[in-house]
Amino acid sequence: MSAVVVSGVDKIFSTGKAARVEALVGIDLTVEQGEFVSLIGPSGCGKSTLLRLIANLIEPTAGSVTVNGKPAHQARLDQDYGMAFQQAGLFDWRSVTKNIELPLELKGWDRTNRRARALEMLELVKLPEFASHMPWQLSGGMQQRIAIARALAAHPPLLLMDKPFGALDEMTREHMQAELLRICAKTATTVVFVTHSIPEAVYLSTRVVVMSPRPGRITNIIDVPLGGARNDDTREDSIFFQKITEVREALRGSELQLGARGIEDR
Amino acid sequence: MNVPGNPSVAESAVGRRARRSVMFVLALALVAAGWELYKWLGPENGGEIFGWKLLPRAKDRVMPHVVDIITRFADPINPSSNVGQESVFSVVMKGVWFSFRLVLAGFGLGLVAGVLLAVLMARLRLAERAILPYLVISQTVPLIALAPLVASWGGKLELFGWEWPRWLTATVLGAFLTFFPIAVGTLRGLQSPSAASLELMDSLAAPWRHTLFKLRFPAAVPYIVPALKLGAAGSVIGVVVAEISTGLRGGIGRLVIEFMRRSNDPAIVYTAVIGAAALGLVMAGLVALADAVFMRNRPKEASA
Repeated sequence: MSAVVVSGVDKIFSTGKAARVEALVGIDLTVEQGEFVSLIGPSGCGKSTLLRLIANLIEPTAGSVTVNGKPAHQARLDQDYGMAFQQAGLFDWRSVTKNIELPLELKGWDRTNRRARALEMLELVKLPEFASHMPWQLSGGMQQRIAIARALAAHPPLLLMDKPFGALDEMTREHMQAELLRICAKTATTVVFVTHSIPEAVYLSTRVVVMSPRPGRITNIIDVPLGGARNDDTREDSIFFQKITEVREALRGSELQLGARGIEDR
Repeated sequence: MNVPGNPSVAESAVGRRARRSVMFVLALALVAAGWELYKWLGPENGGEIFGWKLLPRAKDRVMPHVVDIITRFADPINPSSNVGQESVFSVVMKGVWFSFRLVLAGFGLGLVAGVLLAVLMARLRLAERAILPYLVISQTVPLIALAPLVASWGGKLELFGWEWPRWLTATVLGAFLTFFPIAVGTLRGLQSPSAASLELMDSLAAPWRHTLFKLRFPAAVPYIVPALKLGAAGSVIGVVVAEISTGLRGGIGRLVIEFMRRSNDPAIVYTAVIGAAALGLVMAGLVALADAVFMRNRPKEASA
């Protein structure tokens, strides 16, 4: 069973009579269990929209989205995926532990099991000593790690991430990327990851999906054969640079065509 | 970064509180000093500036000495016959206590009404567009005009043998001034969560009721607390004005009127005014307490 199957999806936003935006047209994408798939493309190419379609936060205009073999709507109701955003979005009034417990609370878990799972997640993201801290006492990178712990608290098989490291500095960002790979390997989680950064997409992904805007569509899908165990040496591997070049050229291809901008070259 | 329980932060909090109480006493002393200074310098029978009658009269009949006002509290209510007479202090305190209960009831009623309205408006865009303009207009009706109206409507109500008690008019008017700031503040607060927070709750398939209690209400607290301050002041004004305009017996508002009629006893009027001010301070204190309780463990920027 595939983790995500998107077939023949169009998404058209029509706010008024005149305003009609073709956000996505003819999208077909299958993500297998255990894959790490990045969506990359210039601003307005619909990559966040595609992620929201998979999450069932919006409905497609045409086509179907299947998550874990179920319609996306059912998968959302069953909490089959966890989600992390650019802003960690932790609740200020809840302690770190209570924030991680949120998805479990909504699932109706009792206090003891919730607490045990939250502490387990804190171990996983290597912040066990911050259990009773408040979110605003943590740095941005720590907050984002707590957000990942929250997304994975119910052990969902799929993790959806929308530019989660976009607001972090370069050093923290590279550290977080390595941490994310370690966590996903340990929990055997499939990831769909939206990013603006080419090296980030290549470092993390088994496949990079390149998209182009107006109308939003998939132009290339690039395999990244860097193997399972990636570390700081991976960033100096020749395949790493080769794939960065390949993704950049794929993006430039769509950029030359359409004159679009918005890709970070780092 | 302010860490709760950090000793240096705790000390500075105590220091801040001490400094505030000193400032409060100083401010009171300053008012008293200003009062006496004007009495000393000001014209006995008022004065004119460029033909405008701007300077108030400074004679004892209008502006009694601060000492006289304070000592008046201890004296019996009727100085002529002081056998078995209650002190002014006791009478004023009874009036304040009577009004305080009406104010609390009005504040509670206004709080419930305001929060329910805010929830309704947060739930339904249509309700917000339909109700909010009327809420704004409702607050432009002068309270003095409204008090007798409410009393007469209320007087005609009878439900299963239950009659509208006279004090309820004052409570309802207190609630009338309380619910508006609370409804508006709570609505803003309920609408304050970011799109990402709402999407998060959506992604967790949280029903609206969970989003309300686990996200919207907690996020609204920094908006509700200042609204409570406005609401508390409103409930005091509403009750005291209603007491005055409907002549309700027993409250501090009525005492202000009664004492004003004693033309030969100027100090006693101010004892009632000070009682009313004390009532306002007690309500402000209760809200400050709520602030301290609800805003603990919050980032300090939000409460500033």
